[in-house]
Amino acid sequence: MRKTVLLLGGLAASLMATSALAQDINIKMGVLNDRSGIYADLAGEGSVIAAQMAVEDFDAAGKGINVEILSADHQNKPDVASNIARQWVDDEGVNVILDVPTSSTALAVNEVTRNANALMLNSTGGTSELTGSACSPHTAHWTYDTWALAHGTGSAMVEQGFDKWFFLTADYAFGHALEQDTAAVVEAAGGEVVGTVRHPFPGQDFSSFLLQAQSSGAQVIGLANAGGDTVNAIKQAAEFGIVQQGQSLAGLLIFLTDVHALGLEAAQGLVLTEAFYWDLNDETREWSARFEELDGDKPTMVQAGVYSAVLHYLKAVEATGSTDADEVIAKMKEMPTEDPIFGEGYLREDGRKIHDMYLFRVKSPEESEGPWDYYEVLATIPAERAFRPLEEGNCPLVE
Amino acid sequence: MASETTTAGLAYGKRSLVRGMPGHHIAIFIGFLVVAAVAPFLLYPVFVMKVLCFALFACALNLLLGFGGLLSFGHAAYFGSASYITAHAAKVWGLTPELAILSGTAVAAFLGVVFGSLAIRRQGIYFAMVTLAFGQMIYFFALQAEFTGGEDGIQAVPRGHLLGLLDLRADFTLYWVVLAIVFFGLLIIYRVIHSPFGQVLKAIRENEPRAVSLGYRTSQYKLAVFVLSATMAGLAGSTKALVFQLASLTDVHWTMSGEVVLMTLLGGMGTIFGPIVGATVIVAMQNYLASFGAWVTIIQGVIFVIAVLLFREGIIGVLARRLRKPL
Repeated sequence: MRKTVLLLGGLAASLMATSALAQDINIKMGVLNDRSGIYADLAGEGSVIAAQMAVEDFDAAGKGINVEILSADHQNKPDVASNIARQWVDDEGVNVILDVPTSSTALAVNEVTRNANALMLNSTGGTSELTGSACSPHTAHWTYDTWALAHGTGSAMVEQGFDKWFFLTADYAFGHALEQDTAAVVEAAGGEVVGTVRHPFPGQDFSSFLLQAQSSGAQVIGLANAGGDTVNAIKQAAEFGIVQQGQSLAGLLIFLTDVHALGLEAAQGLVLTEAFYWDLNDETREWSARFEELDGDKPTMVQAGVYSAVLHYLKAVEATGSTDADEVIAKMKEMPTEDPIFGEGYLREDGRKIHDMYLFRVKSPEESEGPWDYYEVLATIPAERAFRPLEEGNCPLVE
Repeated sequence: MASETTTAGLAYGKRSLVRGMPGHHIAIFIGFLVVAAVAPFLLYPVFVMKVLCFALFACALNLLLGFGGLLSFGHAAYFGSASYITAHAAKVWGLTPELAILSGTAVAAFLGVVFGSLAIRRQGIYFAMVTLAFGQMIYFFALQAEFTGGEDGIQAVPRGHLLGLLDLRADFTLYWVVLAIVFFGLLIIYRVIHSPFGQVLKAIRENEPRAVSLGYRTSQYKLAVFVLSATMAGLAGSTKALVFQLASLTDVHWTMSGEVVLMTLLGGMGTIFGPIVGATVIVAMQNYLASFGAWVTIIQGVIFVIAVLLFREGIIGVLARRLRKPL
């Protein structure tokens, strides 16, 4: 009897505490990304703008939640990222670290927040390790991962009838992993890998590799590389007229800003997977127009992902009335997500955010009707198939 | 300057470390310790540890560049491979931190012997290019090898317990250990510079044919200082791996070799304490200017232009000239 009274009392007290706290909560968010290097365009300042938009759209100030947004350039160096993240968490009391591009820096920050009272909501980091063997109770991986891109492009293209593949692979661990993942999907879907060629990383001259790919008789040339290598390979493929002669290029890690930089003349016909495109529906168009007013460019999927992550985080803070990392992330996993970016979705227990992905083809200059009109949707990859199944990730959090 | 250091070197043979040291050097070492003891209470300890590691790294390069007259453009190879080995030893083999650091340093020393014995056969720009080539070889090895984790690096390295006793997970405990390691490294470098060996090195730097004519086998001296420098760079890299609990491609990339040359030049090449100042300035810029985004590189560039135009001898070099004392 006494126990129940205590329990009820406790419950009432916590409810009162919740409503009392909800009057005045201070949150610090830190956007930690590349602001001067190769990822400055696709994340950079745009991610800070996206975070600010989320705070304003949520009307945080009106709900008694004071949000301060910090930002820093980690220069793509894991030690700089780790240092800043530790300092933010220990000295400044930062509650959430956002964005964090490149795998090595994302994994470094993942270790910092693991044992701290802070969350990392990662949008730009690609490695699927974040929700695999390196998964942490304080990490949510929001927008995409390498598994989703490889599987999305691989399986969706085979379904479209493109079943003979040739891989152009960057010769290091990341490239190998991307190639193996995609090849496995292609073969599982009934396709065939007719050849592979490995190019040095970083590569400048792809002509001999592209000629090999051209003469292989493959329908699809999968680009298992990233950044400058992918851009160079696409440009040189355009010079050889590979796409015009009927073969397709499949980019396994490429973003809207890369296509923007390449231009449609070079990038046309490229097939790729992304989680978001500004011209998907009325909501994304409306949101992206507001973003463009502030930033000058259309948002990439990872910038949109930062918005979505911040919005969901703030909802969880409002619901729990707390900034405690464990409580908030538990609430975030419990509540379904909903926003103009990804529509409806949820956050899985290993920290993976689940939503639809899309297979796009880059339009030709004639098809494009205006600035930023780059993609045509080939297929929607439904949420339940878009990401790695929970049991295959070997995340220690999932027992 | 020559007479002073010679007497220092002579007095050295007799007895203690302190006796041969000029008074103002003792004062600076004590000052360094005082600052280092206070710093973690005022600044963020992990940041100060990073400064310390890079100070040791820059001093190691300065031993080779400033006193041996050999410009190495591949010192990241020793720094980075030591950090990889330490990270791997601590994480996969489960070694205690002191053994992990020792194994990383030993590997750097071994690489120093192999690369050094080949590189010292050439001089000037060719020497720099050979070291750069070896540095790139190590980079590509780190990129390809299985145990380095490629792009991801080795993450979540346990700091462990020093000698099985001291729990290094607490930043402050680790700080005193790092300070001890770095101070020990600095003392070794100081001792080497002021030894008869160091005198011969300076003679070789100034005029190699004359040193040969005096009967010195200069290549042996050059190899010895190369290995010493690589070992100290390795010690710095190993310690850094434990501080940040990670080893990554950044540590072996050629930009790291360039950065440490800049630290040395900015602080004052061929001075004893210059590289410490140079490392502090560069690391502080990387850290505290991070919120300026793209401006970091621009500000860095402006500072270097100013340094080259106004004080080519580096911060401490100019100070030493003003004070007319070797610093």
